[in-house]
Amino acid sequence: MLDGMLLGLETAFTFQNLFFAALGCFIGTIIGMLPGLGPMSVVAIMIPVSLQIGDPSTTLILLAGVYYGAIFGGSTSSILINAPGVAGTVSSSFDGYPMSQNGQAGKALTIAAISSFSGGTIGVVLLMFFAPALASFAILFWSAEYFALMLLGLSAVSAFAGKGKVLKAVMMTLLGLMLATVGESSLFHAPRFTLGIMDLQSGINFVTLAMGLFAVPEAFFLAIDKIRSKKSSSKKSQEISNLRINLKEAKAIAPVIGRQSIQGFLIGVMPGTGATIASFLGYAVERNLASPEEREEFGKGSIKGLAAPETANNAASTGSFVPLLTLGIPGSGTTAVLLGAFIALNLQPGPQLMQDRPEVFWSIIMSMYFGNIVLLVLNLPLVPYIARLLSIPRSFLIPFVLFFAMAGAYIGQNNATELLLLLGFGVLAIIFRFADYPLPPLLIGFVLGQMFEDNLGRAIRNANGIEFIWERPMTLTLILTAAVFILIPILRDWQENKSSK
Amino acid sequence: MKKLAKMMAVAIASVVLSAGSLSAVEIKKIHFLIPGGAGGGWDGTARGTGEALTKAGLIDSATFENMSGGGGGKAIGYLIENSKSNHGTLMVNSTPIVIRSLTKVFPQNFRDLTLVAGTIGDYAAMVVSKNSPINSMADLVAAYDADPSKTAIGGGSVPGGMDHLVAAMAMEAAGKDALEVKYIPYDAGGKAMAALLSGEIAALSTGFSEAVSMEKAGKVRMIAVTSSERVDAAPNAPTLIEQGYNVTFVNWRGFFAAPDLPSNLRKAYIEVLGKMYKTPEWEKVRARNGWVNIYNPGDKFMVFLAEQEKVIGDLMRELGFL
Repeated sequence: MLDGMLLGLETAFTFQNLFFAALGCFIGTIIGMLPGLGPMSVVAIMIPVSLQIGDPSTTLILLAGVYYGAIFGGSTSSILINAPGVAGTVSSSFDGYPMSQNGQAGKALTIAAISSFSGGTIGVVLLMFFAPALASFAILFWSAEYFALMLLGLSAVSAFAGKGKVLKAVMMTLLGLMLATVGESSLFHAPRFTLGIMDLQSGINFVTLAMGLFAVPEAFFLAIDKIRSKKSSSKKSQEISNLRINLKEAKAIAPVIGRQSIQGFLIGVMPGTGATIASFLGYAVERNLASPEEREEFGKGSIKGLAAPETANNAASTGSFVPLLTLGIPGSGTTAVLLGAFIALNLQPGPQLMQDRPEVFWSIIMSMYFGNIVLLVLNLPLVPYIARLLSIPRSFLIPFVLFFAMAGAYIGQNNATELLLLLGFGVLAIIFRFADYPLPPLLIGFVLGQMFEDNLGRAIRNANGIEFIWERPMTLTLILTAAVFILIPILRDWQENKSSK
Repeated sequence: MKKLAKMMAVAIASVVLSAGSLSAVEIKKIHFLIPGGAGGGWDGTARGTGEALTKAGLIDSATFENMSGGGGGKAIGYLIENSKSNHGTLMVNSTPIVIRSLTKVFPQNFRDLTLVAGTIGDYAAMVVSKNSPINSMADLVAAYDADPSKTAIGGGSVPGGMDHLVAAMAMEAAGKDALEVKYIPYDAGGKAMAALLSGEIAALSTGFSEAVSMEKAGKVRMIAVTSSERVDAAPNAPTLIEQGYNVTFVNWRGFFAAPDLPSNLRKAYIEVLGKMYKTPEWEKVRARNGWVNIYNPGDKFMVFLAEQEKVIGDLMRELGFL
């Protein structure tokens, strides 16, 4: 094993590979910032280019750099302008955006970079030592358990069910689940709720919905809120220099990063779950573990609330390499795209590869490790410049946010109908915000909805009924855990009400 | 439909007759329209073809566009609606275009488009986990007889789609009621393979080239191929025929163009695709994917598709799918 690591290090530390790693991180960060171009699309775009290099390990190092760069870039738009470009960074906006509204954009980006780095690096270490042992863990779950896991992920919405808002949060979640049923189910070809519109046949596009719910209302409120916009143009520029996190903050997020690296990694190991579930669950778990005062902070700019999903989604992305390397199963969209790159390089990831060509296995691991380091070294110095985006005057910022939102909605589908949908969702979201309905539960419901439905459908088909809920102990355990997660905040509220009376 | 087919046949015949008088054109670039997402079978076919054509210098450049939705119906609708501006476009499609117009997933069928050529075929295969006690099709049938509720077959297509059809054909040939066999659909190859290894499904019905790469990864084994003789890319995989089940199946893939494509352009596309087969660049792409060359240019493609429609339609009615 040591030999392998040394071999990998030796390969990574050539001038050529250092250069391509840095280049990859840079390209990934820049393109990844555009909503609609998440890690999966950025890697897919870069594959044909990187294949021209010829040397397999250099190609993989470049792609790993692009991958980690894109993940970092993706959370940037969530934090700065409340525009999560990929599902995995939705929960980073819950606390990251409030932080940047409070003038802590630089700090938020720094925390995001450190959490991403830690989650990714701890993930790679776990991958290095435990990948073969975790192979059987990856195929533990049947559709029934995946269904229960989605239920557990949905329980993250309880974090937004503040006092008196439980019913509102539940309603928004249900609305999200309903929106997820638009279009064809992947289990049956019948179109549902498409109103006969061909463009809706493949369902509502995630980016369009996310931009409509988050970015468009943001631009609207920036425009009508005179006080806030003044603050954003005058005070921010000086506050942005506040980049560093102090010792107290570091101490607060260290245990979060530790826990979420492991939890996120394990969730990522399950094929077909990945970064999104990991980030929602990470957020929910950390909120439940936090002290009552800290819990109040969640959703209003808590550093823990930002560190948790950022760590978890990176650890999960790394975890999804376990099924790919040990079983040949691409566990997530991005690993499926990377599998394409491996195949084009004439490599077939799987147990056979680990036996026959260990040097390739190690160059993959080392490239990921390396991508993480380069990302941190390259992007931390960039943070103040990126954060300064927010100090530009409101009259430029608003069109910029809207352009971002529209570009994101359009790029994915190349379809003008998306722009109309974006506007529709935007208006809807503004109404919801005036009525004080929480929007994150809607998006959580939508993101998990399709996997929820597909797995439930498969489980029912396989069992010819719903007996699997009590006949499979693991399913039952997960469902009960979800129930506990949902009930804890409600009980807590109830208790507080009682004691205050 | 029949009338339409006749009209098309007449139209094509007249085109062929007049083709000589139209000026010959040369294809410089091709825009490939892919009705599914990146990484699927259609995607691989279009990109592989584009790669071979450009690398061999037959065309200067190839561009690709993924337009998924409606089981391919969205791309077909797009091509018909924007026919005039899409003379430089070739859409890839395969057996599902026949199946899905039979099951009425989309209103159009292949006769609404200009048929360019069928270019390749991919057999289907049944795959089991390496640790599974099932070693042959007979074992699978025996396992099904022993406990039908615990012997589910998975696949990448929706119920009634191609993977289900192949599994049903094999079970029907073994004397079982195809509709009784439990079929679990998965939307991605990775998930289906995970389900196979976790024991959720007993066997997986999938495309042969996908099965070859799964087998190469080292965790699964092919127990049946739908070719009539063993395929070089996987010499250890037995055919269904040699195991005593009279089933063969090949999923063809080919290219379609806008409905009002001028006949000289159609001829040029057919020529370019025909030339591709002799190039080493194509041979590399083909071998890598385990495809079979099945070249059905122009009118032969029409005859082939009409026959496919009849055979598959009869089969689906027989199995109770329609």
